[in-house]
Amino acid sequence: MKPAASQPQTKPEVKPEAKPAASQPQAKPEAKPEVKTARSKPHRKPEVKPEEKSAATVAQAKPAVKPSDVIVEEKVEVVRKEEKPVAEKITIGELHLSGCTGCLVTLADNYEGLFKLLDDYADLVYALTLVDTRHVPEMDVCLVEGSCCLDDKLSVQELKEAREKSKILVGYGACAAYGNITRFCRGGQWNQPGQEAFVPISEIVDVDLYIPSCPPCPQQVRNVAVMAYLLLRGNDEQKQLATAYLTPLMQLAQRGNEACGCDLMYDVINQGLCMGCGTCAGTCPVRAITMEYGKPNVNRDQCIKCGACYAQCPRSWFNFDVMNNYEGIMDAIKGAMQ
Amino acid sequence: MDVLGNYKSAISARSTDKDILKMAQDGGIITTLFAYALEEGIIDGAIVAGPGDEPWKPEPMVVTTKAELLAAAGTRYTISPNLSLIKEATRSYGLDRVGIVGTPCQIQATRKAQVYPIGMRDVDDKIALALGIYCMENLSYQGLEAIVEDHCNQKMESVKKMDIGKGKFTVYTERGAVSQMPLKLIHKYVQPGCHVCLDYVANLADISSGSVGSPDGWSTVFVRSVKGNAVWDGAIAAGCFETKPMDQVKPGLDLVKKLATEKITKNQKNVDARKTIGLKADGTPKGLRNPYESP
Repeated sequence: MKPAASQPQTKPEVKPEAKPAASQPQAKPEAKPEVKTARSKPHRKPEVKPEEKSAATVAQAKPAVKPSDVIVEEKVEVVRKEEKPVAEKITIGELHLSGCTGCLVTLADNYEGLFKLLDDYADLVYALTLVDTRHVPEMDVCLVEGSCCLDDKLSVQELKEAREKSKILVGYGACAAYGNITRFCRGGQWNQPGQEAFVPISEIVDVDLYIPSCPPCPQQVRNVAVMAYLLLRGNDEQKQLATAYLTPLMQLAQRGNEACGCDLMYDVINQGLCMGCGTCAGTCPVRAITMEYGKPNVNRDQCIKCGACYAQCPRSWFNFDVMNNYEGIMDAIKGAMQ
Repeated sequence: MDVLGNYKSAISARSTDKDILKMAQDGGIITTLFAYALEEGIIDGAIVAGPGDEPWKPEPMVVTTKAELLAAAGTRYTISPNLSLIKEATRSYGLDRVGIVGTPCQIQATRKAQVYPIGMRDVDDKIALALGIYCMENLSYQGLEAIVEDHCNQKMESVKKMDIGKGKFTVYTERGAVSQMPLKLIHKYVQPGCHVCLDYVANLADISSGSVGSPDGWSTVFVRSVKGNAVWDGAIAAGCFETKPMDQVKPGLDLVKKLATEKITKNQKNVDARKTIGLKADGTPKGLRNPYESP
C-alpha cells in the first residue's frame, strides 16, 4: 500500500475480502477460512498453505521421476506440525537499519503483552535475533527501526524492498521517523568510520505512519499493533475505529521528517496554541525541556530530535472523535490484551 | 457531546473536613477527594499545584500525605504545568496509582497520554484518578502579577486569597483589604492558547468540580467515568461530603451550561477565524494551524 499523499485521512487501501464480521478482538474465529480469493499481495500467512500443498504435490509427483521422495515427505510433516489453530493473524516484521535496537527491545518491553499479541493478533515474521528469517519477507505491517545509511547500499536496498513487500510501513522510533541522534553523525565512528550520511527513512520511501520518541513507548506500539489488526481483519465498525485512531499518526508521517524541540516554538507557541500544561516537559526522554513561567523552554543542545514533545502535545493534535471515547478505547485494548 | 460532557451525576457538595475547608477555594472537593483516595489506597500519590518559589506561583509537586495536600489547596489563577511530573511520579517516584488534578486542557493532555502514549512509557494504566477543575481561561504568572499589583494595587506577597465570581476579580489581603477589578479588564492578560479551548468543565476527567452553579462555599461536581463514580460513591459513604441535589441550589446547573456554551461558542469562532486570518498574494486565505484537524 502506498500512502495517499494528499489525503492522509483515507484509510489504507487494504481491504481484505469480507471476513466473518464478528471477529471481536477478544474472540477468535475457530477456524481459518479455507478459501482464499486471489489478491494483489497475498500476505504471509495464507502463503504458507499453498507452499505446503505444492510441496506435497511435488512429493507425490516425484516418485515417477525419482525414488528418493522420503526426505521430502518428512519436510512436509514438519511444516504441518508448526501450523497453529488460531484466527487469521496479521504479520508484522521489524526491519533493523541504523538504530540502537532500543526500538526492538521496546516491543519486547510489553512483556506478557507481547506473547498475547503474538498468540492472537500478529505473527512476527521478521526481526533481528527474534526471528530466523534472513531475507525481507512479505508482511502486513513493517516496523522500520533506525535511520537509513546512504553509504550502506544494503540498507537502502532492504528498505526499498520492505516498502514493496509491506502493506503498512511504519517509521518506528525517532531515528526512522526523524533521524534522531543520527542527525548529529559526521562519520568517523567505529566500526564504520566511512559511513556518515544517515537520513530518516521517508527520504528513501513513502512512510505510512510514525511512532516517534526515543525509545518509543511499548504501549504505543502495542496500541498500533492492535489497531492495525482491527484495520486489516476487523468488521466495519472496528475498521472505522482503527482508522480514526491511526489517522493522526499517519498525518504525522505526512507532516515531515524534521523534529526538534523547536517544533514547540514554531508550531505551538508561535501559532498561539500553548496553554502551558507541561506535557512536553513530562514527555521529553532527555529532560531537555523545563517549564519557565508556564511555557516550555528547550535546551537545544540537549535535544536529540526525537519528536516526542510535539507528538505528545495536546495542541499538536487532539481528535475529539477518538478522545471523547477514551474510556471505551482503553477498555477495548485492555480487553484485547487479556 | 454536550457542552457539559458525559456525566453520571451532577451534585452540589461541600467537604465535611474543617481543616480542608479552611484552606480550600470553595467546597474543598479536589483536596478532600485526594485525601480520601490516599487514605483508601486508591492512589499512592497525587500531582498537584504546590507552593512555588514566588508568591502565588504554583509549582507542580507529587504529594503523598494529607499535610502536603493541604499546603497545595486553593486556587492560584495561573497555570501549574502538572503534566510535567507525570513520568516523574510513575517512574522516579515509582507510584503505581497516580492522581492528577488539572484544568480541562490538562485533563485532555492526560487522556492523550493514555490513548496515544507516544513518549509516555508505562503511564497509561497508572492514572488512577484524574480530577478536573472548571476553567474559563488562564493567565500567565506575569499577567496575574499585573492584575494584582497594577490593577488591584496590592503586593503579591500580602495577598491571602484571590477569587473570581460575579463578574469581578477579587483580591483579599492578609490585613483585611479587599480590592476588586471588573473581569472584562483581565482578558488582555489571558494566554492566547486558551482561546482555542473547547472544554469548560473538564469533560474527560473522572470527576470535575468548580464553584459555578453552587452557593458560596459549595462546589458543583460532575461524576463522569466508571472509575470516578466508584471513588465518589466511596467518598460519600465515608462521609467526606455533605451534598445537595443540583436542582435545589441556586444558581444551579443552568448557569454552568450558560457559561460553558459561551466559552465554547466564542472559542469555536476563534478556531474558525484562524483558518482565514491572512491572505496569500493570490488572494486565497492563509491560515493558522488547527489542532483539532491535524498535527
